[in-house]
Amino acid sequence: MEAIIVENISKNYKDIQALKEVSFQVKEGEIFGLIGPDGAGKSTLFRILTTLLLPDSGKGFVAGHPIVEEFKSIRKKVGYMPGKFSLYQDLSVEENLSFFATIFGTTIEENYDLIKDIYEQIEPFKKRLAGKLSGGMKQKLALCCALIHKPEVLFLDEPTTGVDVVSRQEFWEMLAVLKQKGISILVSTPYMEEAILCDRIALILNGEILNIDTPNQMIQNFDKTIYAIKCNRLYDLIHYLRTQDYTESCLPFGENLHLVTKEKVEIEKLKKEIITQGFEQVEIEKITPTIEDVFLHLGQEKKEDAN
Amino acid sequence: MKWKVFWAFVKKEFYHITRDKRTLLILFGMPIAQVLIFGFVISTDFKNASIDFLNHANDETSFELIEQIQSSENFKIGRILYADHELEKGFKDGTSKLVMVIPEDFSKDFYNRNPIEIQILTDGSDPNNAVTLTQYITSIVGSFQQQKLKIPENPQQINIETKLLYNPKSISAYNFIPGTIALILMIISAMLTSLTIAREKETGTIEILLVSPLSPLLIILGKVAPYALLSFIDAILILVLGFFVFEVPVRGSLILLLFCCLIYVITSLTIGTLISAVSKTQQDAMMRSLMGLMMPSMILSGFIFPLTSMPFILQVLGHIIPTTYFIEILKGIMLRGVGLEIVWFPLFVLFLMILFFLFFTWKNFKTRLQ
Amino acid sequence: MRIENKNIIEVENLTKKFGDFTAVNAISFTVKKGEIFGFLGANGAGKTTAMRMLIGLSIPTSGTGKVANFDIYKEAEKIKKNIGYMSQKFSLYNDLTIRENIRFYGGIYGLSKSEIKQKTEKILVDLDLKSVANKLVDSLPLGWKQRLSFAVSMIHDPEIVFLDEPTGGVDPYVRRQFWETIYDAANQGRTIFVTTHYMDEVEYCDRVSIMVDGKIEALDTPKNLKKQFQATNMNDVFLKLAR
Repeated sequence: MEAIIVENISKNYKDIQALKEVSFQVKEGEIFGLIGPDGAGKSTLFRILTTLLLPDSGKGFVAGHPIVEEFKSIRKKVGYMPGKFSLYQDLSVEENLSFFATIFGTTIEENYDLIKDIYEQIEPFKKRLAGKLSGGMKQKLALCCALIHKPEVLFLDEPTTGVDVVSRQEFWEMLAVLKQKGISILVSTPYMEEAILCDRIALILNGEILNIDTPNQMIQNFDKTIYAIKCNRLYDLIHYLRTQDYTESCLPFGENLHLVTKEKVEIEKLKKEIITQGFEQVEIEKITPTIEDVFLHLGQEKKEDAN
Repeated sequence: MKWKVFWAFVKKEFYHITRDKRTLLILFGMPIAQVLIFGFVISTDFKNASIDFLNHANDETSFELIEQIQSSENFKIGRILYADHELEKGFKDGTSKLVMVIPEDFSKDFYNRNPIEIQILTDGSDPNNAVTLTQYITSIVGSFQQQKLKIPENPQQINIETKLLYNPKSISAYNFIPGTIALILMIISAMLTSLTIAREKETGTIEILLVSPLSPLLIILGKVAPYALLSFIDAILILVLGFFVFEVPVRGSLILLLFCCLIYVITSLTIGTLISAVSKTQQDAMMRSLMGLMMPSMILSGFIFPLTSMPFILQVLGHIIPTTYFIEILKGIMLRGVGLEIVWFPLFVLFLMILFFLFFTWKNFKTRLQ
Repeated sequence: MRIENKNIIEVENLTKKFGDFTAVNAISFTVKKGEIFGFLGANGAGKTTAMRMLIGLSIPTSGTGKVANFDIYKEAEKIKKNIGYMSQKFSLYNDLTIRENIRFYGGIYGLSKSEIKQKTEKILVDLDLKSVANKLVDSLPLGWKQRLSFAVSMIHDPEIVFLDEPTGGVDPYVRRQFWETIYDAANQGRTIFVTTHYMDEVEYCDRVSIMVDGKIEALDTPKNLKKQFQATNMNDVFLKLAR
């Protein structure tokens, strides 16, 4: 049985279309990532699936229950961590946790084994008010609260946004452990590099799904060749390459630029050309694309289609 | 299970309240401050208030009355006036609080048991003092008659006609106390309740509560109950302060009074939850409760301006405000000492309002967002 | 080269204590004119506190510092006039039009009427916003808002621009566009001091400092840092340092 089924769900806010016929399925015990920037429609989709919003059209099932008709059954079976830090800032760590345990009809002790690994990290601060915790610790507490009633499906809306790299890494390690325990997880993130940590991902932009696959498969299916180029004046080189006929796109990627060409080019020839333009320390390498390359490319295609 | 959840809510809400200094201040600081401010505005020190006399009679009995008034600790004789145009002299230079005008042939009429008109002029710009002082005079004149005529009861022979100069509409301290109780209970019950739910919307915690298997009714009750209790405590606090600071009596049944307070608190709470159900942010909730509740409650309930002197349309508006009915009840029970046989009607209206607002809250409180 | 051999930020042993807690512990560094300087650190590492001291919003407990040649203790007001600041919660008013926003910020920095007019024209042309100049800022897509916000933060031609997580939540394409505008500004000789949580963006910086528990634990070019920590990318460098 699928943990989540989404079929052609659309949602409009006044004249803005937040979701356009979105469909995907999340298998049981899978970490499914929804990858896209702010305003892509991720939070709207989360709210629809957690029964907080009604879709304008389309169908959805969570843990086997239709999202509109059987919303009460769903509410018993899901854990939800909303986008902003949604705990009571003026309650202590312990008070927050025990409050959420109670409203879900359970106690901390009853499901302690599930949250033990995570809770132990924040336990030394259990008397501290939640508002006084650091970003990483708040995030751990929120996860504990979402897990306290042993949900079948976990919805995590941008859990790592605004959190530093270390805490982000730890958070993904915790998710891997939860997956081992059989919990299905739908997680959204604006960080492309986190895509690789999911079993399967959907790339989403402007309310539309661009692609769904495992991260590796998605990279393999990307049929363009990408050259990573380094030189002493990267910014000027980007401007130069954009004027060339063979260039499909040229974007900065950290210390490199990534060049996608319309047809295959010879590396040596390209290098010579660049050097004759007065650039120094030129290095060119053919690389495997990243999820970000895929996202950028599919996003641009969509935009061109729209125009 | 249900009770456990309910208590978890109540406990949580008490944490919020006790950890937020602003809420605490509104809850307990405001009522005390308001009542005490009235304590300053309305001086209760009525010793040696200066009283002027215009004695048209100039006979023995009239001087005996003046002496009697002077011998009470409350008054001291200011000046003796001789002509009508001097009446306002003492008010204008601020030396006297009252003027008593004794008619001609006072002695004769008094012993012949003819009706007598004594006129009391008071400074209406200080209305609260004026009303209290007039009451003192009335009781002194009453006992004067009893003593002189050797009769057990107040014969009501002397009619005291009071003229309030400068403030003919008469706003009295007794008006203010019930009004203050009504207003403060409204602010605490309605505004704080609407703020607390709006706050959960702002912080996003409402999303988690809604996604939980809790019924909306339980969420509302759990949030409202602590405020109901605290408002009720406030009501008692104000009554006690009112009694000791202003000597505002509770002439009727205390139990009935407390019961009515409870009903009014519940009315306000249902309005508060209705406001919060339609407000998205705390600021939004605050504006709605200020404009939609506080202003009309203050202006149109008869708290400050008497309803009877308002245009018809405002009178109608005044009568859809719960505060109007509650002030009516309070005045009835506290000042006139009436019972359920009189206050049943406003009480009934409050009941109807509770049902009405509960219905609308129910309709507006969504189990979903938007 | 756009980077000049002239220090525009000089900080020595800068320290900030809150009671017993040392938020910033004797940090020292320099930033050169025209440099894009990445200022990194985990949540709570003291980044924000350090930045607030540099922009004159907070007085240090000890240590010395100069920003644009002004002393951070005595000349905070002059510093404020000579720097631009843009935070993630961009500072534009959603209920004012684009033109009104520009005019407002021009006014704040004491620009004359003609200067404001001239600047407004330039920003509108540079960002290609002429056709929507009289629309509310609210109606702009996030990416445009951020670029406009960046342009507005430089309306008074500051020597240094401080960017506090300028690209949070923006889609990767728009983020790249934004970084190109940053490069543009740097090419005109402006110094950029930027914080970010995106590790790939760190590589756009000329030099990067990484703060851990109130101290600067590493400071070098991204290339050298990767070499030093034997890491393939900045993400690994950060993890090795902060863990």
